[in-house]
Amino acid sequence: MDLGFAVAIVASILADSSPLVIATVGETLTEKAGVINLSLDGTILLSAMTGFAVAYTTGSLWLGFAAAMAVGALVALVVAVASIELRLDQVAVGFVLTLLCTDLSSFLGNPFVRKPGPSVPHLPIPGLSQVPVVGPVFFDHNAVVYASFLVIGLAWWWMFRTRPGLVLQGVGERPAAAFARGADVRRLRYLYTVLGGALVGAAGAAYSLSVKLGWSYHHTYGIGWIALAIVIFGGWHPVRAAMGAYLFGTLNTLGSLLQGVIPGLPTQVFQATPFALMILVLLLVTSGALERALALFPTGAQRTLRRALRVSAPAALGTTFEQE
Amino acid sequence: MTGAWRKGAGALLTGLVPVVLALAFSTLTLLVMGASPLRAYGSMVFGAFGSTAKFTDTVMAWVPLALCAAGLLLTFTAGLWNIGIEGQIVVGAICTTWAARAWQEVLPRPVLLLALLLAGMAGGGLWGLLIGALKTYGKVHEIFVGLGLNFVAVATTNFLIFGPWRTPGRATMSGTALFERQAWLPTFPGQAVGPVELVLVAVSLAVVYALLRGTRWGLSLKAMGRNPTAAHWLGVPIHRYTLMAFAGCGLFGGLAGAVQTLGLFHRLIPAISSGYGYLAILVVMLSGYRAVGVAPVAFFFAAITKGSLQLPLELQLDSALGGVLQGVLVLFVLLFQGVRARRKRWAQGE
Repeated sequence: MDLGFAVAIVASILADSSPLVIATVGETLTEKAGVINLSLDGTILLSAMTGFAVAYTTGSLWLGFAAAMAVGALVALVVAVASIELRLDQVAVGFVLTLLCTDLSSFLGNPFVRKPGPSVPHLPIPGLSQVPVVGPVFFDHNAVVYASFLVIGLAWWWMFRTRPGLVLQGVGERPAAAFARGADVRRLRYLYTVLGGALVGAAGAAYSLSVKLGWSYHHTYGIGWIALAIVIFGGWHPVRAAMGAYLFGTLNTLGSLLQGVIPGLPTQVFQATPFALMILVLLLVTSGALERALALFPTGAQRTLRRALRVSAPAALGTTFEQE
Repeated sequence: MTGAWRKGAGALLTGLVPVVLALAFSTLTLLVMGASPLRAYGSMVFGAFGSTAKFTDTVMAWVPLALCAAGLLLTFTAGLWNIGIEGQIVVGAICTTWAARAWQEVLPRPVLLLALLLAGMAGGGLWGLLIGALKTYGKVHEIFVGLGLNFVAVATTNFLIFGPWRTPGRATMSGTALFERQAWLPTFPGQAVGPVELVLVAVSLAVVYALLRGTRWGLSLKAMGRNPTAAHWLGVPIHRYTLMAFAGCGLFGGLAGAVQTLGLFHRLIPAISSGYGYLAILVVMLSGYRAVGVAPVAFFFAAITKGSLQLPLELQLDSALGGVLQGVLVLFVLLFQGVRARRKRWAQGE
């Protein structure tokens, strides 16, 4: 395989994974605050439809993205009110919202099915995109892809290098302690749930306006569940979650390359592989199989690897907190 | 007397508020689409009840919904999320189809039908057991296992229909070849629905009701659902009960899959589950997780689902409106329960 081909493949993986990256980072922020927004699969569908419909009707990509983010934030707000205010089961509410948003996207999106519409224009960064290898891989994309890079960096910086980020971790781990230290737990949970939802909404528009252009029935069906699984795989760390999204994108690309190479393999196998893989990866992460495999490594490497592989959910994830 | 009356009226009123809100929401979405809400609802009622054929269609949607809901009562009681019920329907249908292809020319009819129904149950039960096993031994959350296995089950169906079970010279999207007549469930004269389906629903709901209400097993399941740690200390083997709940639910899901293949389509088709598994989850939520409400709520949902199929025919609207109405109704009911509980907490001065 020559270098040019490899570079093109890597660049396309980075571009194709951009919506998934934005969605997983968004959901990571939400879950870090202790709230599960399980509605991702529906939210992404509804915001992808909304983003495309608005951009198609108004001719403005900006309005399309804004509308999609508003939809994502609104659905997340329902999750927030239900869990923070009403102490309802977050999984139940999220599941109902998944089905509701999916059907809403089919019903309202009906007039836009298979219409050719606007897409985010290609925008190579002058100068940087000319650098060999690095240029085409990182700086020869559209604005959505650059935004996905930015989102990873910003989320990491915010969570691990700022004071509010520290508070965010506290809110998800030990809300009572964070509250005693002066954090407004309820308000912060609202904030991060809605913010995360807006990012998920942006991811939806990123599909319909950049990666999987246009709108069709169940356009992005299933991808929201993959995103939720990647958040777990990423151990609630934004960079690791993004790596998970890229890994998923890589496997997907390899899969479609393989499909071309081995013509005998039925296409139906490929429909299910992402989901079979999802179970398998979660199994590796949660069953402790990885931990046991660590014993094979030299003791010195074990500690570093263990730190890199450690996965633990925010302790207060999915629980309600009543501040008095 | 008047107090009780007022309380009853109050309960009715608070029960009606979510329904009104849900109707308001779906009316709004219809207005957004520029459609007449009255005509839309009218055509939905016609689609569900407009003729004997339409009514029996609704009944044939009610059967798998009620069967799945009966099974889901077991997992919900145990505090488990069986989103994998879709896959259990599908694998049930696959196993029934496999058995039908193998035995339809060999066995006498009553034995054949019984064997085919049991094959479906076995398939669904095993697929459910797989979720339970991956949860208990692999510690993966059942939602992800169930969901992933749903996709695997559907892909397997497609593979079989387009691959080994393909009928030469026919469009494959329409599914496998029709079964022999003797592998079809019997029907009332001239109708799509038959006695076997109705008996299966009645027996399933009765069995689940009795299990949960009157047995030690059901009580343990309930204890586990309320508080797994406490149940564990009381001597309930949580792992075993998790496996049993999933397998038990899978039996009913598989039965629903068998009925879909033997009673409705008479073959295996790509969308054999018709999404009834996910819908049954909403049915159980709306029934307050109790067996008593399942039959009427499932019928109501079946009517909405079948009725909404009339929308594309008459008004060029997408049939997904039915799902919107169902989803938003359950959402508002949940939110309202939350509001009521909150008011109660405040009244108690918490």
